Amino acid sequence: MKKKNVNIKVEYLTRVEGHGNIVIDVQDGKLNTCRLDIVESPRFFEGMLRGRSIFEAQHITSRICGICACGHTLASIQAAEDALGVIPTEQTTKLRKLLLHIEILDSHILHIYLLVAPDLFGVKSFVPLLGSNADLVRTVLRMKKTCNDICDILVGRHVHPISAIVGGFTKLPRLNDLDAMLDLLTGMRHDMDATIALNPCMIFPAFERDTEYVALVSDDGEYPLLMGNIGSTDGVRMHKKDYRKITNEFIVAHSSAKHTKLSRESYAVGALARFNLNAEKLHPRAQEVAAEIGMAPKCVNPYMNTVAQIIECVHCLEEAIAIVEDLKNNQINYDEEVVVGLNEQRRIPVRAGNGVGAVEVPRGILFHNYQVDESGIITHANCVIPTNQNTGNIEYDMMQLVPKVLDREKEEITLAVEMLVRAYDPCISCSTHFLNVEIKR
Amino acid sequence: MKKPKVGIFDFACCEGCQLQIANMGEDVLALLGSINVMEWREVMSEKWGRKIDIAIVEGSITDPHAVKRIRQIRKRSRVLIAYGSCATIGGVNGMKNNFALPDIRKYVYGEQYSSFPTETTKAVHQVVKVDYFIHGCPVYIPEVVTVLKAAFQGIPYYVPDYPVCVECKMNENVCMYDKNVTCLGPVTKAGCNSWCVNNGNICYGCRGMVSNPNEKGAQDVLAKYGISIDLILNKMNMYNKCRELG
Repeated sequence: MKKKNVNIKVEYLTRVEGHGNIVIDVQDGKLNTCRLDIVESPRFFEGMLRGRSIFEAQHITSRICGICACGHTLASIQAAEDALGVIPTEQTTKLRKLLLHIEILDSHILHIYLLVAPDLFGVKSFVPLLGSNADLVRTVLRMKKTCNDICDILVGRHVHPISAIVGGFTKLPRLNDLDAMLDLLTGMRHDMDATIALNPCMIFPAFERDTEYVALVSDDGEYPLLMGNIGSTDGVRMHKKDYRKITNEFIVAHSSAKHTKLSRESYAVGALARFNLNAEKLHPRAQEVAAEIGMAPKCVNPYMNTVAQIIECVHCLEEAIAIVEDLKNNQINYDEEVVVGLNEQRRIPVRAGNGVGAVEVPRGILFHNYQVDESGIITHANCVIPTNQNTGNIEYDMMQLVPKVLDREKEEITLAVEMLVRAYDPCISCSTHFLNVEIKR
Repeated sequence: MKKPKVGIFDFACCEGCQLQIANMGEDVLALLGSINVMEWREVMSEKWGRKIDIAIVEGSITDPHAVKRIRQIRKRSRVLIAYGSCATIGGVNGMKNNFALPDIRKYVYGEQYSSFPTETTKAVHQVVKVDYFIHGCPVYIPEVVTVLKAAFQGIPYYVPDYPVCVECKMNENVCMYDKNVTCLGPVTKAGCNSWCVNNGNICYGCRGMVSNPNEKGAQDVLAKYGISIDLILNKMNMYNKCRELG
């Protein structure tokens, strides 16, 4: 092969949440640099939480990310309740699971359609699709609105949910609310069929790189999203309290997001990781779809994360329907509605403690960890975001991908790499909420 | 009418206010049909970089690069809309200003903190001139539509300068103080239709303080329920710390 020089710098990578740059430098056919730079302005959430009430943690950390605000909410509440020793009721857990299913569904739809689909049709963004594929655009807006409407009913709104707090819910859905949610959900099945039919596999390169996948695992038959232990495809299994052993965050100079590694040089989290660890626990309809597509664990093509998201959409929709039906059948106990505020009335007993929340959010496993003093004031906070956990893995993928496509035009190389990064659905706005870490040299 | 050229720009924020646009559902098509979107990094690969009619700016200004970038955007925009609490009042990013900068930078990034530049958090109008304010964390869609209509026609929009309590009473909510918890409704600008209280939570002050709060009345309420001023001040600083910068 002719020795080649390629210098690619994609500044402000588009169609991802948040700000990132890709830097590739090839000299004389040798790959010198291959980086995903996170350039989002740091926001110092963990630092800002110190001195605030644990009863404000959900409200504040929801603001880490508008796209997965409900995911941060659930991880934050779980960590806070773990620290305080609050055990949620069965009804609360069901409602939280419902919220998480809608969150994953909503976020995946946004990613599949608005961020990935333009590549499928060879256009720069969804804007040209408004003219050429109006039906498709209408489908995604309808699905997005449906998820949004369900969140309006369940927690007041999707972006920064209002009624999901430490201790339970400040407002519980009435019978007509449950009926409305059920109508909205079952009404989505038709659009879900259209989503399955999208079949984006056809544009994805047959690129494979074996890596370690990390996700929640459990011993029961439920596809674990809200609760479980931490597991990996390399056989690691740990309690969530030990999350620091898994994430091993370290700082790299080019990125305001921290990197992580476990058994190998990097690991991956997200829909593909969950699929690889728990595929047999998916809803039967989702398993059917996986079989039709011909996808089975362990799938090591990172581009297929988008396909795993489609499979999870089916799962989340069907599971959400099952939860609402169950809530209808068992009737909601409205005595469980809580008024907490800043816990001025000490309605929730407070103690000093340290708590961890580990929740599968759309982009992968999310950890929140708080330490509180005896009056419920946060003394230490740490959040480990899925995108931070994936950044190292993305860079190793790029290092293997770039030499394989080096004979192509620069634009094609750029597109292949952009699509790779996008497949991970990086949420860079999330990933810059760094944490207090010890630096080991 | 010629369709206005619009750019959507984000600074330090969660991007949730942009997402509120997508959450409008198929109505967003009517909005997109009446404007030309020239730049919107989150969903578009196209880059424009020239003059625009309306800049919608989300997020706070928190580092030297952002100061430069917002000045450039201001220069090439006829009208600039500060969009969402981070942009209009500094929002939650302002809590950083509760700490000495070297301290919070070290806490988060350890000894390598100098690699990550940051400055005192500022709202957009504390750096460049702002023509319209859309408050809220997140923004409230009915208000977004009203402000955009005003901006497209070149007429002013006045943010309600009465407290959330006015809307809350209209919604027939039981007062949070009567449930024995504190709420920032009495000192926070209305316009959200008392969104949080309608859903059983308290007001956190995300739309900013009213310009002439009834301090005496608020003090009476606090005294009646035996609540300390410090507790309320700390709550106000969750969203409103940047007000101290003037």
